[in-house]
Amino acid sequence: MAKLKYTKETYLKWYEDMLLWRKFEDKTSALYIQQKIRGFLHLYNGQEAVLAGSIHAIDPKKDKMITAYRDHVQPIAMGVSPNNIMAELFGKATGTSGGKGGSMHMFSKKYNFFGGHGIVGAQVPIGAGIAFADKYNDTDAVTLCYMGDGAVRQGAIHETFNMAMIWNLPVIFICENNGYAMGTSVERSANHTDIWKLGLSYEMPCSPVDGMDPVAVSKAVKEAVDRARKGEGPTFLEMKTYRYKGHSMSDAQKYRTKDEIAEYQKIDPIAKVLEHIKKNKWATDDEIQATLDKIKATVKEAVDFAEESPFPANESLYKNVYVEEYPFIKE
Amino acid sequence: MRVIQFRQAIAEAMSEEMRRDEKVFLLGEEVAEYNGAYKASQGMLDEFGAKRVIDTPIAELGFAGIATGATMNGLKPIVEFMTFNFSLVAIDQIINSAAKMMQMSDGQFPMPMVFRGPTASAGQLGAQHSQAFESWYANCPGLKVVCPSNPYDAKGLLKASIRDNDPVIFMESEQMYGDKGEVPEGEYIIPIGVADVVREGSDVTLVSFGKIMKKVTEAADLLAEQGINAEVIDLRTVRPIDYDTVITSVKKTNRLVIVEEAWPLASLSSEIAFNVQKDAFDDMDAPVKRVCTADVPMAYAPNLVEEFMPKVSKIIEEVKSVMYVK
Repeated sequence: MAKLKYTKETYLKWYEDMLLWRKFEDKTSALYIQQKIRGFLHLYNGQEAVLAGSIHAIDPKKDKMITAYRDHVQPIAMGVSPNNIMAELFGKATGTSGGKGGSMHMFSKKYNFFGGHGIVGAQVPIGAGIAFADKYNDTDAVTLCYMGDGAVRQGAIHETFNMAMIWNLPVIFICENNGYAMGTSVERSANHTDIWKLGLSYEMPCSPVDGMDPVAVSKAVKEAVDRARKGEGPTFLEMKTYRYKGHSMSDAQKYRTKDEIAEYQKIDPIAKVLEHIKKNKWATDDEIQATLDKIKATVKEAVDFAEESPFPANESLYKNVYVEEYPFIKE
Repeated sequence: MRVIQFRQAIAEAMSEEMRRDEKVFLLGEEVAEYNGAYKASQGMLDEFGAKRVIDTPIAELGFAGIATGATMNGLKPIVEFMTFNFSLVAIDQIINSAAKMMQMSDGQFPMPMVFRGPTASAGQLGAQHSQAFESWYANCPGLKVVCPSNPYDAKGLLKASIRDNDPVIFMESEQMYGDKGEVPEGEYIIPIGVADVVREGSDVTLVSFGKIMKKVTEAADLLAEQGINAEVIDLRTVRPIDYDTVITSVKKTNRLVIVEEAWPLASLSSEIAFNVQKDAFDDMDAPVKRVCTADVPMAYAPNLVEEFMPKVSKIIEEVKSVMYVK
């Protein structure tokens, strides 16, 4: 299995991808305040290196991804147009879920993105099940299954780790430890803080990873992916990362200090990648500016697309609940 | 015609569908090496091997979720719960995941899967092993809920459920697995959502489903001896409910008694009574009556079990009350 390369192109792609995700999320935040986007809104800012590194280590054409409700940018990383994500956030018919899912329920079968799940930890057995099907069908595809540091305290995770081991499933469980389960710190949610060690109970390969560094992430994920593809079963990785924004838009964040956030911004993955690009003279200032302009245009296009798209037809409420016609009670 | 047990009908339905479709597989506690806690998967491990007949650890939430993910990725699992009492441990995955995925993804992820196993009471098993959750599952859009009452229906309905493109809750009974009935050798399918008028009558309509149909049939026999001809409807499916058959019958008999082994509040009998008053109000010659279980947890002592359960005598009593006869 080919080793990962870390070229100029890798870094430029990381920079562009991560900056797009950041700017996309910033825009959704602004649109939320304008009440264009409603419901709950959970932003990915700060955690981008986990996704950038992961994507570098898989083949999105065949490998699958599933995550919880902080799920706007993962489908973009897998290939979905930002237009369709923004449209979903607006509740429009052109959204990835036809306006039925909203922020927490992005889906794209075409791009192997399996959601978008709102019950903490429930996506973990589902992720193992996706991998189960690939093993059953004898493909060499793997599934990346993300969860937060809160989710690892759910019983479903432990049941799943156990079965993933006995059935040797090609799944990589990735805990994005951003320090807080909503407002409860990792320190307050368990009597141990090394989440990766949970894998030891199941004799599952496991390790902590610097989740602010896409190189470290990609190396760890690649090693796990290679193992899974060879039929050697699951891996559990704890990505030590940080979210700059609140748990959701309604989070006053009284559980942490501004200094703490500032400390993490010093190791911001996007800034770090840009620093590396500049140090190696892989892009001129003009080229960097051009990337930023391109991203701004992409985000603007997404917003325009969402604004201009229609809401779903009222009758669509009764569509796609069942596959065939169903006698709904309508009174 | 050939006579087989209910459990054999279940095993035949699963085996035939697994021969027909490689994507179908069975998982659950004790389904493989033990041949099923109630022997409803007898011989299947031998025929299909451990890849497709899979023993799970005791982790209902986990394996229901894994089955859900496998369905999203193209397989068609049959999940066996040793009893639906244990399905409560898995209900998050059934309600929040399996029943929602098609809708949340706006049709990108159809969910052809079956959750099956015995429901309700089975003798002196105490409070935690004696509950009927048909109405709980029937309440949830995205699911279909099937409750066969005999071996013939069980086979035809289970085959339909496995072939169905939506998640189906298929509820059996420990007290039916040994029941014998005529089941033809050849293949047949009974469509989901179609009730069966098992006995025609003109005086009163009796509506029920699942295991408790046995008591309804017994009551109808006793009533016939007394000159009361009950029309008996086996719903067979409780989501969706075949209201056409119920309403047509009630318009003929003008009287309805619903029999359900479940707690009365927000039960299927409540729902059916609502629909009947809505659609057949002017046809009714008496209020709708029902016979449910007692509105308490099931107890252990034999007399308390008897007191808890719908009784034949109570069914007869309610029929007579709607007919205004003593």
